[in-house]
Amino acid sequence: MSDDQTTQIREAIQSAISENPVILFMKGTPDQPMCGFSARTVAILQSVGTPFAAVNILPDPRIRQELSTLSNWPTIPQLFIDGEFVGGCDIVTEMYESGELQTALGVEDANDGEPAPEPAAQEPAPLTIENRL
Amino acid sequence: MAATDAPATPEELKQRIETGIPGATATVTGDGHHFNAVVSAPAFQGLSRIAQHRLVYDVFGAEVGDRIHALSIQTKAKASETENIA
Repeated sequence: MSDDQTTQIREAIQSAISENPVILFMKGTPDQPMCGFSARTVAILQSVGTPFAAVNILPDPRIRQELSTLSNWPTIPQLFIDGEFVGGCDIVTEMYESGELQTALGVEDANDGEPAPEPAAQEPAPLTIENRL
Repeated sequence: MAATDAPATPEELKQRIETGIPGATATVTGDGHHFNAVVSAPAFQGLSRIAQHRLVYDVFGAEVGDRIHALSIQTKAKASETENIA
């Protein structure tokens, strides 16, 4: 019986990953992160200015369980870009600092060679997926 | 499953990383719950960052998120002992 629900959760995670070009699994929500690592990752994504989907893993421990099985990654947050697991807070931070994250998100080439001004206080518009899991 | 129920220490984590990953050198700081590990190892060469971090997480298995509440990782590939940096 709970096997069915676990399968449902797994499938919901898989389709969320494939349907959203940028999706962050986190503790809490972008507006109210419940963990420093999630908060930091959200801040990075918002400063890059890319819209992203976010899934709160806290409501049901099985979300985290199934997610970690799928990604083979033990910790939260977890960022996926174009269906691919990119990393957690440490890797996202390193990639942000080296510019790889901006490249992966395709935000660097937005201006034709013009060095883009820092989108400092640009209003981020993260999507939040309702947790129906 | 944990080797012990005693709180984890940076020293314990350092030793386990260095034992678990051949040739690894680790610097670990932490407060018993949140840890930061800077690890360099020849085994990291040619691996993606994700794969490098997985090697470190694998040392602790299910203890990550449990006994070891949080483990922040920075990895660096280092030349193996036999490879000389001339």
